[in-house]
Amino acid sequence: MSEYLLEMRDVCKSFPGVKALDHVQLRLRPGKVHALMGENGAGKSTLMKCMFGIYKMDEGTVLMDGEEVHIKDPMDALNHGIAMVHQELQPIPARTIGENIFLGRYPLKKFLGFFPVVDHKKMYEDTEKLMKKVRMDFDPKRKLGELSISQMQSVEIAKAVSANCRVLILDEPTSSLTQNEVDALFRIVEDLKEDGVAIVYISHKMDEILRISDEVTIMRDGQYIGTWDSSGLTTDFIITKMVGRELTNLYPERHNEPGEVVFEVKDFTSINPKSFRHASFSVRKGEILGVAGLVGAQRTELMEGIFGIRSRVSGTVSYRGKEMKIRRPKDAIDSGVAMLTEDRRGSGIMGVLSVADNISIASLNKYLDMGIVLNSKKIDELVETNRQKMNIKTPSGKTLIQSLSGGNQQKVLVGRWLANDPEVLILDEPTRGIDVGAKYEIYVIIEELARQGKSIIMISSEMGELIGMSDRIMVMCDGRVTGFIDGKDATQENIMALATQFE
Amino acid sequence: MTTTKGNPAGSLWKTTKENPIVVLMVIVAIIVGITKENFFSWGNLGNLVSNTAVRFIIALGVSGCLITKGTDLSAGRQVGFAGCLAGILVQRANYTGRQFANLPEFNMFVALLIVVAIGCLIGLLNGAIIAFLKVPPFITTLGTQTIVYGGCLVLTDAQPIGGFQENYTKLITGRIGSTEGFNLPYLLFVALAIGLFFWFLYNKTRHGKYMYAIGGNEVAAEVSGVNTRAALLRIYMTAGIMYAIGGWLLAAKSGGASASLGMGYELEAIAGCTIGGVSTTGGIGRVTGVLVGVLVFELLKIVLQFLGVNPYYNYIVQGIVIVVAVALDLRKYLAKK
Repeated sequence: MSEYLLEMRDVCKSFPGVKALDHVQLRLRPGKVHALMGENGAGKSTLMKCMFGIYKMDEGTVLMDGEEVHIKDPMDALNHGIAMVHQELQPIPARTIGENIFLGRYPLKKFLGFFPVVDHKKMYEDTEKLMKKVRMDFDPKRKLGELSISQMQSVEIAKAVSANCRVLILDEPTSSLTQNEVDALFRIVEDLKEDGVAIVYISHKMDEILRISDEVTIMRDGQYIGTWDSSGLTTDFIITKMVGRELTNLYPERHNEPGEVVFEVKDFTSINPKSFRHASFSVRKGEILGVAGLVGAQRTELMEGIFGIRSRVSGTVSYRGKEMKIRRPKDAIDSGVAMLTEDRRGSGIMGVLSVADNISIASLNKYLDMGIVLNSKKIDELVETNRQKMNIKTPSGKTLIQSLSGGNQQKVLVGRWLANDPEVLILDEPTRGIDVGAKYEIYVIIEELARQGKSIIMISSEMGELIGMSDRIMVMCDGRVTGFIDGKDATQENIMALATQFE
Repeated sequence: MTTTKGNPAGSLWKTTKENPIVVLMVIVAIIVGITKENFFSWGNLGNLVSNTAVRFIIALGVSGCLITKGTDLSAGRQVGFAGCLAGILVQRANYTGRQFANLPEFNMFVALLIVVAIGCLIGLLNGAIIAFLKVPPFITTLGTQTIVYGGCLVLTDAQPIGGFQENYTKLITGRIGSTEGFNLPYLLFVALAIGLFFWFLYNKTRHGKYMYAIGGNEVAAEVSGVNTRAALLRIYMTAGIMYAIGGWLLAAKSGGASASLGMGYELEAIAGCTIGGVSTTGGIGRVTGVLVGVLVFELLKIVLQFLGVNPYYNYIVQGIVIVVAVALDLRKYLAKK
């Protein structure tokens, strides 16, 4: 009997022009949580896709219980007891919990003795048992779409459990969960550990890794850096190994000086009664206002309301005492407000278009000759200035934006807004899904903009980022503004206290 | 296609891989040309050019809809309607079978203006339903297609329209050079002018950029301050205008019109666009691509004709080409993921 449940030895994988994996090792013990860490692009997902049979390895072997196995495709992986809960869940919201769990392998019974039909009774009975196992007390006939994201995730885990999995891959499972939901997830993970399941846990959140994992494997640029026992590891050590150099500062020093109040929002209330209500706040010139809150606090919704994406029943926005009439994003942009949205893929980049097209789309009016003809030279200059100023790594302005890394895409989007020279800049999760090095660069840009006298509103779910970057932090809970904290006095504790101030 | 420098074979292979249908058609055309008499003739070339010209104009109209992830199934019927209306307006006063005996005889350019104005309105209707009522373009234009066809039947009473003014038919069927020898149909210049206009519109104006942006990511475009509704209105309106021009030209080219004029042209236009690289996934498409696509599709039809294939089979072949073209396009997209 082997010490390891699953071993991946010397795995190599190349894509045209890139060596994505270079002799990577991974050894999973039964009943242990193994954290897999690395910056974006380090090869974590590629490695998991090789294990799961989505990619074919160029070199290397996979052993289960000490014997070599060849996993052809995801179906084969499932048969070997390997299950994966994806970063982006792909459920069918219009169908029931039970149907989602047994999708593709419905229990059958014979109708009239020969005709196979789905055995709904058995399916829902089994679902009920499974739901108990993941500590969820739900009617298995409920539509999946009625559940919260964390609950859907539990359903995904139940699905993995139902396949009798022995290896469970959790890819960024907590990226959209609240603290309570994370705790619930960890309880499920503990249960699975007791059952002897080996868990691969991919996450960027250091505190979680240190809390839940037994072992940590770190990768960098497709290389295997090493595996360590979690006890005794520190955040600094992990980050140093991940980036391959010492990161002395996580956040830049701030020299911006908040001035007079310029931007005021009063009594903002959504048409949706469950969303933001009676929200009022103001931002100073040259100030960075952090916005904290749990998922569901309606921070994004409030900002999108201000920006004209969502409708409201009451509320005014004014700049330097003058009221702005904002009905749609165009109005906001015309009056000097810009908003970097949370969902980079969904409402940020236009993937099949070039970097130049993406960076210029919000400010095309500036590059017109004779009022009609676009001046491509001016657009090229815009690309070039931004590329130098923000260190955007792109071969040229003609490159499709979808081929850039997340951090570089984000810089292009920041450039899109800066081209309009806005006075107020709303940034919604500006560093989500961006690796550590690029994060720092984004912080530097934000600090510089504040220093130039722009008013910055930054929504973030990372406490460290909020505390490290904000002059002031506004906290929201369940649609209401529950308080403001001065940046210097902010701690995780006092922010959480306000963020959980439910009515 | 910029890589593999100094390796012409590699570069050729890449071109083939990216546009297999185009390359295949050119090869087939060359083979047919060598084996069949009169294929490489001025007459045949003029024929190809004028057929392509009209369809190119219509395909340009559809291209904007496709680039914004929409479609326009009403294209063919709009062409037919414009053709019939233009025909009625330019019927000679002394022609016995006039549709409306008391209608004055219109100058053909006045007729053009009238059909363009109506095409513009139909396009506006399509655009408004899509942009404001958010009805999917497929359903919207499926509905308006039927409405326009019905209107056309009412207008023509399902009777063929003939007896056009001579200068109307002459202007359109006229050509530089002779029918036998070297010749360039006037239609070619009309199509080129419109093609240039579209190239300018797509590449050099805000409208063009907005169109690609909507196709690339409509939400992102809206958030970036693009007035997406106005842009969609403009796109479907421009399309309507192109169909009207196409119909006006087609009626003159055919020397007569009836309610069946332009039938199925929307599919040919969509096929031309797709073969020419306008992606059904949105945000991608060039005017030159549309030209190549339409040309290849017309070439296919002429090749089939020269091979003596029963014309009824043409539909089957054309249908297959459309599906294959879209399938290949989607493969390109999937591969990139």
